[in-house]
Amino acid sequence: MPLVKGGNIVDDRYVRALDDAPVPDGVPVLVPAARLLADADQLVARKAPIGVIWPNNRKVAELAPWLDRLSVVALVFPTFRDGRAYSQARLLRERYGYRGELRATGEVLRDQFQFLLRAGFDAFEVKKPADAQVFKQAAARFSVFYQPSADGGVPVQRRRLQTATAERAREAV
Amino acid sequence: MTTAPVVKTVLESECKRMYLYDDFDRTLVTERVAEFRDQVARRLSGELTEDEFKPLRLMNGVYLQLHAYMLRTSIPYGTLSSEQLRMLAHVARRYDRGYGHFTTRQNIQYHWIKLEELPDAMADLASVGMHGLQTSGNCVRNLTTDQWAGVAPDELEDPRVWAELIRQHVTLHPEFSFLPRKFKIAVGASAHDRAALAIHDLALRLHRNASGETGFEVMVGGGLGRTPFLAKTIKPFLATRDVLSYVEAILRTYNEFGRRDNIYKARIKILVHELGAEAFAKEVEAEWRNFKDGALALDPAALAEIASRFTYPAYARLDDNPPALAQARRADRDFDVWMGNSVADHKIPGYAIVTLSLKPEGGTPGDATAEQMDAIADLADRYSFSEIRVGHEQNLVLPHVAQRDLPEVWRALDAIGVATPNVNLITDIISCPGLDYCSLANTRSITIAQELTRRFRNLDVARDLGRLHVNISGCINACGHHHVGHIGILGVEKNGEEFFQITLGGKADEDAKLGALVGPAVPYDQVADVVEDIAAAYVELRARPDELFVDTVKRTGIEPFRERVYATR
Repeated sequence: MPLVKGGNIVDDRYVRALDDAPVPDGVPVLVPAARLLADADQLVARKAPIGVIWPNNRKVAELAPWLDRLSVVALVFPTFRDGRAYSQARLLRERYGYRGELRATGEVLRDQFQFLLRAGFDAFEVKKPADAQVFKQAAARFSVFYQPSADGGVPVQRRRLQTATAERAREAV
Repeated sequence: MTTAPVVKTVLESECKRMYLYDDFDRTLVTERVAEFRDQVARRLSGELTEDEFKPLRLMNGVYLQLHAYMLRTSIPYGTLSSEQLRMLAHVARRYDRGYGHFTTRQNIQYHWIKLEELPDAMADLASVGMHGLQTSGNCVRNLTTDQWAGVAPDELEDPRVWAELIRQHVTLHPEFSFLPRKFKIAVGASAHDRAALAIHDLALRLHRNASGETGFEVMVGGGLGRTPFLAKTIKPFLATRDVLSYVEAILRTYNEFGRRDNIYKARIKILVHELGAEAFAKEVEAEWRNFKDGALALDPAALAEIASRFTYPAYARLDDNPPALAQARRADRDFDVWMGNSVADHKIPGYAIVTLSLKPEGGTPGDATAEQMDAIADLADRYSFSEIRVGHEQNLVLPHVAQRDLPEVWRALDAIGVATPNVNLITDIISCPGLDYCSLANTRSITIAQELTRRFRNLDVARDLGRLHVNISGCINACGHHHVGHIGILGVEKNGEEFFQITLGGKADEDAKLGALVGPAVPYDQVADVVEDIAAAYVELRARPDELFVDTVKRTGIEPFRERVYATR
């Protein structure tokens, strides 16, 4: 499953340490939510980066105390129809000010890339290699957005008003 | 004749489209067509399975029905320009079988489109700013409102401005495009509810509070289907500045807590029911407080910009009830009957709102041929400032007809078969497509409607029965809104046979109610007889000739109707 960051396919440096498997030393790891919360102090004190896989039915508010010590939050799309992680992503970015890697995992498909980017995701475990190949084109499909979003894009209403102001300024000159 | 030049000026001005799309809107719609073209190509090449293609096509209003793909096209707020209606006629002719079907959600559907031609049909629609964006799928659907918005004498202000503000906000929303289930929003702004607010997932009713400020009553959790609920008020007065943030808080709460384990329990109505309206409101309020004063607080300049793109006709200065009109009514009984039935008051003196019945005897409710659509577009250009409306009762409306033109308009409408004076009468039936088209249906519904229009073809009989809404659904999904029909007819399957449950007393207006079952289901060939029995019982039971059917049912209850229907069955 290719990992896409910055529009390109990159190597995934992170090792998943699921359930009770030992956490390897000196390498970046991703651990499940329960494990992070049970063992947080020890895990964040390691010398290597740590990330968490956070399920879509758990409040991200619980994660808030640890966010500044996490380098990856991986949110989960059990199917692409289950959109709960979009809300979690926006909350992490907009309410809790998380600036680390926000990774989409699970059923991550081409036709969702732009929604994901706009909700604040910046890393994507893409399910189909063919989709990962065309990430940049798929992510640029729409150039017009009506609402403010976590990626900082300028919504149409603001662009309209800016255009109107610019026109008035020109007329005034 | 002295005011004829006024009409001409308007025709030649930019009034051709009632909501003026700008480059931003056009770019989005064009990009959407390009995206869909790519998705269809991937489906045809096999790169996408039907399973993967399904949610993508659904987001563009494309369904797979019994015989073919169906294309649903959005008509925001039911407002159409003549140019757009001509394009709908073109699509019917070029890509379908020469007709289209207007729906209870103020949309149009084409039932016979070929998959490989869909992108071209969409590109043609996009050329006049039309699209199927969010007309299906588990997202916020196209918003609906009063089909008389902007012309109704009893409205506080034009609700379409608010609906458009919200429509833009939820279009391709990055957070709310994969909700547990579909989400329908309606906006109303008049004393008399013509938008069926109570049966929507979210309804916003604009009203004035005691201190004279306008704001919204917020109602959530309405919906029909197999578990019908009327919407409950969770906030009696929401300041208009907070409308987007509050809608966002409701959607976020629903996205988080709405059930995803069972498609039949995934609508917000189930969440509101299981949690209780009060607890749901608490969740929404708590979420809302986190961001209510942020980027979504209403920007008056943005609202003014949206309002400025709704154009209103340059009405002539005319008097109400011109003498020639009264004379024409006296001279021709048929015209007089039609006037009494299909013409309503307009907020501007000298003008009228004209409803075009798409319910002729033996017809399919809501169907219009390409020829009819073209002719109606021409009439709109001549007599209604190039504007047409679509109502949720599946009829069309010419919203700005000068009263002095009514005799001519009537003759022209009659000539194309859309002047049946049965608006709001027993033959003005709302019906879903049923088993003739729909893969979900258990029974036919159109043929029941057709039979009823034949049984009650005598207009004097239908007029004597007064306002009487018959709503028919061919399955429990309730697309024909049977729960809120004065007489509701629901098709069910029993041992492979078509049976029908009949309910009485439902209403979808400001006094909304769900109908009550009159008794055991009856077989297909008895439905029209039962409706005749119910009508006869009403005539005997009504307290006065002008007591409406639905008021008689409310007063007497179901029992006397039950006795009458089942005495001989």
